[in-house]
Amino acid sequence: MPLALIVEQLLNGLQLGLMLFLLAAGLTLVFGIMDTINLAHGSLYMIGAYLAATVTEAAGSFLIGILAAVIGTAAIGAALEIALFRSLYRRSHLTQVLATFALILIANELVRIVWGSQPISLNMPASLSGPIEPVAGFRYPAYRLVVIVAGIAVGLLLYVGVTNTRVGMWVRAAASDREMASAMGVRTSRLFTFVFAAGAGLCAVAGALLGPLLAVQVGMGENILILAFVVIVIGGIGSVRGALVGSLLIGIVDTAGRAFLPALFRVLFPPAISSEAGPALASILIYVLMASVLFFRPRGLFPARG
Amino acid sequence: MKRWIAAMVMATALAAPAMAADRIKVGFMSTLSGPGAAIGVDIRDGFDLAVKDEGGKLGGLPAEVSVVDDQQNPDTGRQIVERFIKRDHDDVITGMVFSNVLLPVMPAILDSKTFYISPNTGPEDYAAEKCSPYFFVVSWQNEDLAAAMGLVMNDAHIDTVSLIAPNYPGGRETLGGFKRTYKGKIVDEVYTKLGQADYATEITTIQAAKPKAVFFFLPGGMGINFIKQYVSAGANRDIPLYTPGFSADEDTIKAVGDPMIGILNTSQWAADLDNAANKKFVADFRTAYGRTPTLYASQGYDAARLIDAAALEVKGKIEDKEAFGKAMHDAKFESVRGQFRFNNNNYPIQDIYLREVYKDAEGHVTNKTIRKIVADHVDPFGARCPMK
Repeated sequence: MPLALIVEQLLNGLQLGLMLFLLAAGLTLVFGIMDTINLAHGSLYMIGAYLAATVTEAAGSFLIGILAAVIGTAAIGAALEIALFRSLYRRSHLTQVLATFALILIANELVRIVWGSQPISLNMPASLSGPIEPVAGFRYPAYRLVVIVAGIAVGLLLYVGVTNTRVGMWVRAAASDREMASAMGVRTSRLFTFVFAAGAGLCAVAGALLGPLLAVQVGMGENILILAFVVIVIGGIGSVRGALVGSLLIGIVDTAGRAFLPALFRVLFPPAISSEAGPALASILIYVLMASVLFFRPRGLFPARG
Repeated sequence: MKRWIAAMVMATALAAPAMAADRIKVGFMSTLSGPGAAIGVDIRDGFDLAVKDEGGKLGGLPAEVSVVDDQQNPDTGRQIVERFIKRDHDDVITGMVFSNVLLPVMPAILDSKTFYISPNTGPEDYAAEKCSPYFFVVSWQNEDLAAAMGLVMNDAHIDTVSLIAPNYPGGRETLGGFKRTYKGKIVDEVYTKLGQADYATEITTIQAAKPKAVFFFLPGGMGINFIKQYVSAGANRDIPLYTPGFSADEDTIKAVGDPMIGILNTSQWAADLDNAANKKFVADFRTAYGRTPTLYASQGYDAARLIDAAALEVKGKIEDKEAFGKAMHDAKFESVRGQFRFNNNNYPIQDIYLREVYKDAEGHVTNKTIRKIVADHVDPFGARCPMK
């Protein structure tokens, strides 16, 4: 197998992993700090993509589109937190699942009413729409490279924010022991609104960046949400570092499985078996990974609470 | 007095089968939410349009159409079909988009002797030994459009190709149809998860294999993603894309835009087909919904027109299922695709065309018909169907 192919597939895995991280970071903090399961996290991602598409179309600039999507989605997130999630924190997980599942249905229907059920287009800036050739004989889509760079930048920002700022310290304190943090004077209600809005903003970054690659359509959030949940379970609920490691692990394992497993099966087994089993195993590989991580580390790789 | 009333009731009950029904009940279950929704919505809009054109009637009978969303979920589909059969006692069921929803519910529908008119998927299962007088496909057998593309690529001397499709019955059958006619070498055959969003991995693999062309079957949102990503990787410069019409119609074009230009695709219908029924359909559809119809919409429209013609043929006596079914099989309606009739297994015999996505004089990206690939295409399974 040529080296260029392997490098290219690794980059694909890295890109998937970074985008998953943007989603999983918000999800894991909400889950870890507020002890709340938010199934509607994927809906925020969808809303981010739709806002980005609409503003980009109107303003003619993708950057303005992303910015507007982040601000708009964060505002929606904050409003949701104040209006709905506050009254969910103390309820059972079952109630939260029901309420946020309802939120998915409402969000999908609202988006359908506003934008219609046909997918809408969000095209990447023309200057990035082709491939580039950093080394002779090695081509990679320019836009995907930008997504990787942006993902790394946002990830670093988040990491520095959580580990080196006062707000980040409150967040970590609340994630490891909410009641003690609030007893020590952390204003948890304001902090929760902020964390929720920040999580929504990260969703919007992912939605806006992935919009030009994927179809911007109703229901786009549900697929990726499942992956994001796998990530936070593997990484350890509440831990941003766990979310990062989990995302990259899932991104690379999923990509490697899809890229190399079918080929490997073709070598090992007759075509009738390999054409059935190859794709099947590739699509469950990440769940196998999750199961084995949970077997050895039931709280995930980096549990936030001791 | 009591006895007299009882006799009246008896007489009415006995007389009922001879009288025409007072209405026709249609259970329309389709995928109206999620990534496959655009397809279901187009089928529904086409169907609605045909019913509206007839003043809300089918075959002269007031039509009661109940539209329900199956969410592309077989379990949801099963519950809805139960309701259609047991509670609503529908005369006809139609609407399903995906074979993975249709296959699990079909036995219940056919056991209850309810007619099913498929406005989209045409699985192999009911084309061969299990063909049924209650099962009609107004669109195509799953292999048809892919098989036609195999012929096109033979003609163009494209001797190596990579294939990609989702891992579900419709995907495997479609590639099966392509392989039935294509004579070149298949370099790679990739099956992805149904509903997959990111195809970076598969595109990289395709580029590494360096085939002369790619034949892909990725209906709905999957195709949109694939084409966008394929073009942004620059892969279309060296390796052109070929596809059945599903991933190169208005719904995909609207989402992808200019990168679609030049894609060759096969279809049993095109908006520019020159016949009176089609001209009326395309004009009416544009007026009603403000967009150009897709092949899916044309299939929904034809499904309603077929029911209409058959009910008219039996003069509204749709309870006589044998006569109604025979009238359905005779398909005496002007299809928007031009020539149309049913094979012995109730799958279509029809012409298949080659279309190309281009930019028209007004700057709209849309399809134009290039040529007829095959006339009176017959699916390969009819011979195994015991119905004559």
